[in-house]
Amino acid sequence: MIQRIVNATINGIPVSVPYGTSILDAARAVQVKIPVLCKHPDLGATAACGLCIVRIAGSQKMPRACATPLENGMEIFTHDGELTEIRRSVIELILSNHPSECLSCGRNTNCELQTLAAEFGIRQDSIERYVRDLPQDASNGSIIIDFNKCIKCGRCVQVCQEVQDVWALSFLERGINTRMAPAGDILLSESPCIKCGQCAAHCPTGAIVENDETAAVWAALRDPEKHCTVQIAPSVRVALGEEFGYPPGTNLTKKIYAVMRRLGFKAVFDTNFSADLTIMEEANEFVERFAKGKGELPLITSCCPAWTDYMEKFHHDFVDNFSTAKSPQQMMGVMAKTYYSEKMGIDPAKHYQVSIMPCTAKKYELERDEEMFASGYQDVDITLTTRELARMIKQSGIAFEELADEEADSILGTYSGAGTIFGATGGVMEAAIRTAYYFVTNESLEGDAINVTPVRGLEGVKIADVDIKGTQVKVAVAHGMANVGKVLGEVRDARKAGKETPYHFIEVMACPGGCIGGGGQPYHTDIHTRMQRAAGLYNDDEKCAARCSHENPEIKQVYKEYLGHPNSEKAHKLLHTHYKAKKVYLK
Amino acid sequence: MKTAPLTFPIDDVERVEVEVEPHVEKWQDQEGNLIMILHSIQNEHGYVPREISMELSALLEIPLARIYEVITFYHYFKLVPPGKHNVAVCNGTACYLKGAPQLIADLERKLSIKEGETTEDREFHLETVRCIGCCGMAPAMVVDEKTHGRIKISDLQGILDETKKGGVK
Repeated sequence: MIQRIVNATINGIPVSVPYGTSILDAARAVQVKIPVLCKHPDLGATAACGLCIVRIAGSQKMPRACATPLENGMEIFTHDGELTEIRRSVIELILSNHPSECLSCGRNTNCELQTLAAEFGIRQDSIERYVRDLPQDASNGSIIIDFNKCIKCGRCVQVCQEVQDVWALSFLERGINTRMAPAGDILLSESPCIKCGQCAAHCPTGAIVENDETAAVWAALRDPEKHCTVQIAPSVRVALGEEFGYPPGTNLTKKIYAVMRRLGFKAVFDTNFSADLTIMEEANEFVERFAKGKGELPLITSCCPAWTDYMEKFHHDFVDNFSTAKSPQQMMGVMAKTYYSEKMGIDPAKHYQVSIMPCTAKKYELERDEEMFASGYQDVDITLTTRELARMIKQSGIAFEELADEEADSILGTYSGAGTIFGATGGVMEAAIRTAYYFVTNESLEGDAINVTPVRGLEGVKIADVDIKGTQVKVAVAHGMANVGKVLGEVRDARKAGKETPYHFIEVMACPGGCIGGGGQPYHTDIHTRMQRAAGLYNDDEKCAARCSHENPEIKQVYKEYLGHPNSEKAHKLLHTHYKAKKVYLK
Repeated sequence: MKTAPLTFPIDDVERVEVEVEPHVEKWQDQEGNLIMILHSIQNEHGYVPREISMELSALLEIPLARIYEVITFYHYFKLVPPGKHNVAVCNGTACYLKGAPQLIADLERKLSIKEGETTEDREFHLETVRCIGCCGMAPAMVVDEKTHGRIKISDLQGILDETKKGGVK
């Protein structure tokens, strides 16, 4: 295909970009930054904020750079005294409808509106403030919406409707009365919200933030009655550094272990270990269904709680296809409070397990149903997102960057490369294939064959045929909930027509990019950040002594000492769960 | 416009289905049918009940949030049952200058509701409207089908009382 190129100038600088490129993106290609509040690199242009106005030679109009494609021969001017004055007025108008609560806001020092107000040197309220008095919505425990701080940029609505296909958020009414809210006067907890947190990750202000629970963790750490332990999710290690000035994708696993001990945790576990455990159970489940015909195909992964919530609401005809293997977070919790506690002589009633996750939905998963209490106690007590952990470290006075590397605690701390790639889209599938291959053939994949590259990368839906010694396994990987419908639609159509399923194994992650792009990760995530974080995990995988979950020596030990074999009676009781149909709206 | 609130329990799923289907059937395959169907439903009930929106969402495969975006965008659509009597105070330029805001404030006080709301006993719905073309009678208001002109605050209680008794039609 021949790509049409557009030639123009921006501030006198010649620019050549593909046909259809917006003036905003074309300007960025020649190192010109035009301020925006509504346009996000992940999302389409809505031309809502009005900050990105530019001039085109020969025209009286000032079009918005985000929504205007560059055309041949255009002479664009992005910055002059008048444009700056107009932009300042736009910011002042937005501020006039925005509460003046920066110091107690969840986005203080990290807010796009605050940053622009500072850059434009706004030192006084020149327009009388009119802020509506709408109540906060803290109903779902994962995210908190402060409608008064909403600047109506539309990012959350767009990401919720178009990227996630959830439609929990919408724009109601119009003009000055426009408000972002669930359909009708209901709470978020009564809406279809799946708690993925992509709205919070994309919000330019503090209108939507994660439910910060750091105070509860501090309280637990100073409680002498509590034995606090912690687990760190795969994708946290390659993203946390961004909060301390490291480039995205920098793997800080061992520094994170070190800082956890300094914070006061008695033992530091790695969710990568329990990811390996999830793979043992899930790969076994796949082989049972695929090779022995015990159970529905395709098998669909269930380690993402936003996805399981979405499926229970929108695709519950697939309940029987869901892997019953619990997520790594929950497997770690139950193993910590049973096996580890027994082994170390800790009273599980006093064992307080904290998880560090890239995800706001993981907060919801903790009490998803009674099976999350399989140890006899709540298996994981509290979840902090990557952003909350960064805040805790900053509060603690620990010079994180200067810490020496430390190791995780045995026995729930050693991981394989398969465990670490759980954090990127396609990673669970690849990990499962590595071990399913072993379960079927009794041989491990070697050399390059261990890298299942067709399921890697940020393409919305990835499809591959995997050869297990002559048997073809058809797999599909989807991330971003809007990509799930078409994959499940194909399976549904085949079912109706009485045909063989087009896929045997499907991996789904709610967030674009998988957990590395999770709703609890450091702000300003875009496609480049996701690529770098994923690369960090794949590098970690390459460096691991064991590349497959079944080769992880601690996994072998746990089965030998405690669980027996995958899906044993004990494993079933502790490590498996079930799903059911749910109403989309509770009200 | 008929104003017949639902006569069956709203959680009666089958009845809701029966209720919605004829509205949908007529416009089923037409582009932009949502607004026409909403009009049809509101003409029937005087408002768009939530349960009916939910059923509509399932039938048309349109997310409920999109339906609410449309309903709330247009001032015309109502989400709550209208009152038995409609009190529409003109707030056009002439009426505004002749004291409509004071009339509205007084009615809000008397009825204990805000503009756009319906009294708890569902007797009165209070709304403001733009110019009704009776500028010579400013300030004016329309109660049910009767237009009242040159109203003074002291007239309001009488009009409300008579309307309730059925005296003013």
